[in-house]
Amino acid sequence: MRRSTLPGFSLTMGLTLTWLSVIILIPLAGLFLKTFELSFDQFWGIVTSRRTLNALKISFGLSFAAALVNLVMGTVIVWALVRYRFAGRRLFDAIVDIPFALPTAVAGIALSSLFAQKGWLGAPLAELGIKVAFTPTGIFVAMIFIGIPFVVRTVQPVLIDLDPEIEEAAASLGANRWHTVFRVILPSLIPALLTGFALAFARAIGEYGSVIFIAGNIPYVSEIAPLLIVIRLEEYNYAAATAIATVMLAISFAMLFVINLIQAWSRRRYGYGG
Amino acid sequence: MAVEQPFSAAGAQTPPSRSAVTERHATRVALTVIALLFLAVFLVLPLVIVFLQAFTNGVGAYFAALTEPDAVAAIQLTLLVAAIAVPLNLVFGLAAAWAVAKFEFKGKAFLTTLIDLPFSVSPVISGLVYVLLFGSQSLLGPWLAAHGIQILFAVPGIVLATIFVTFPFVARELIPLMEEQGTADEEAALSLGASGWQAFMRVTLPNVKWGLLYGVLLCNARAMGEFGAVSVVSGHIRGLTNTMPLQVEILYNEYNFAGAFAVASLLALLALVTLLVKTILEFRYGHALSGSTGH
Repeated sequence: MRRSTLPGFSLTMGLTLTWLSVIILIPLAGLFLKTFELSFDQFWGIVTSRRTLNALKISFGLSFAAALVNLVMGTVIVWALVRYRFAGRRLFDAIVDIPFALPTAVAGIALSSLFAQKGWLGAPLAELGIKVAFTPTGIFVAMIFIGIPFVVRTVQPVLIDLDPEIEEAAASLGANRWHTVFRVILPSLIPALLTGFALAFARAIGEYGSVIFIAGNIPYVSEIAPLLIVIRLEEYNYAAATAIATVMLAISFAMLFVINLIQAWSRRRYGYGG
Repeated sequence: MAVEQPFSAAGAQTPPSRSAVTERHATRVALTVIALLFLAVFLVLPLVIVFLQAFTNGVGAYFAALTEPDAVAAIQLTLLVAAIAVPLNLVFGLAAAWAVAKFEFKGKAFLTTLIDLPFSVSPVISGLVYVLLFGSQSLLGPWLAAHGIQILFAVPGIVLATIFVTFPFVARELIPLMEEQGTADEEAALSLGASGWQAFMRVTLPNVKWGLLYGVLLCNARAMGEFGAVSVVSGHIRGLTNTMPLQVEILYNEYNFAGAFAVASLLALLALVTLLVKTILEFRYGHALSGSTGH
């Protein structure tokens, strides 16, 4: 230990580990232990049942699509907020955090009534023949809402810190703006973009509150995996709820691992943590 | 993308040196409009509609919906849960930040990952783990029932689920901040005869106060607004175990939209106040706050 002159290490570390174990680690371990009460065939039967597979497919597929939209739109928003000066820029910067701050249930009912057939956005879309609320498209919209700040807040500090000399050098060497942006600036944003994408993706997979009000929740069509866990729980089918939760948790942890890898790689390659 | 030349520095009005490090005027306008339109439609409209819907039946109906006994009970329960969960996570966050930021030890990165773990867990699963731990089918279930201790479908379960989901907020705000500040100030205080506790209270705490306020604010907003985790453990007993977000759900599912949006408007107001204070803190004390990603 290098910094050992300050007191309180054992006290604070003890408190941290105790609290972490009691609140997070023991309950999560309990979930995995519960899974081992199932035989492999039971577990496999639950996880590969048509309804579970459909729910997982809907959750992962739509989350991935929404995270892609967030990646593109998030980049455009960051670019405008960081590089351009316009009236109300600070206000719009603050607005980006609305999905972090607004409780998910509130976001859920708001999006639902906005995109309902007679809603402000639902009515014009219905005239175009697009139905959003109570369809998978509604889930997609809610996931876009919830994910946008992750991309913006991850990429923003990196773009702000980007050395302007690199761009000037590229320009003075004869690169046009298009080349400078796509060959010089965007490549150095890649770790941050990947991290933002992964965070938005992970959040959308687990999201519940903002999705269920707009989803319609029709089995096989618009039923997300977290909702299926709740349904199984309400049927007192703890085995099924646990099995689905374990699969989701395993995938979440794998994503967390990938995010950490991206950040470690980025620190070595680009000198920032993504 | 090799052959495109549309953004070359040929603009007649703009000097070449300027256009080399920014885009054409039309491109700038187009990107700004797309960005602002997206933010306005996807993020601002939902917030606006909450308040409009809340007042559809007039101001009288709005306040009637908020003073209805079940709504009052939900507001009180939400305040109670936050009043327990936030201070506990505040103490934990301070302890964790002190241990992680002021000392070097093996496995530090792993510990930080564990602290952030709740952000990677679906809220539904955060509730489920406590159902599995304390439910009637669990190992603890029969013992708890025999001793008359009710955790699930009661306040303790709601508090536990809330602590789980708000666990990382204070710690993750403080750790980078305290790491940046190092240990020199505290060491100076100690060498001048201060006790460890005095150094913490008089030196460390004032140094991180704005970051701490920021973390507590985010923690509180999430504690009052949590839906998924609390929904799983609460049992949805009206007037008893319904927090505000759960009350919103019940009213909405009963097609009492004005009532649902009235309760929702209080939560939206909380979100707005949180954002406002956050923006002010960032504006005034931007250097004293780390640019970490919130959740």
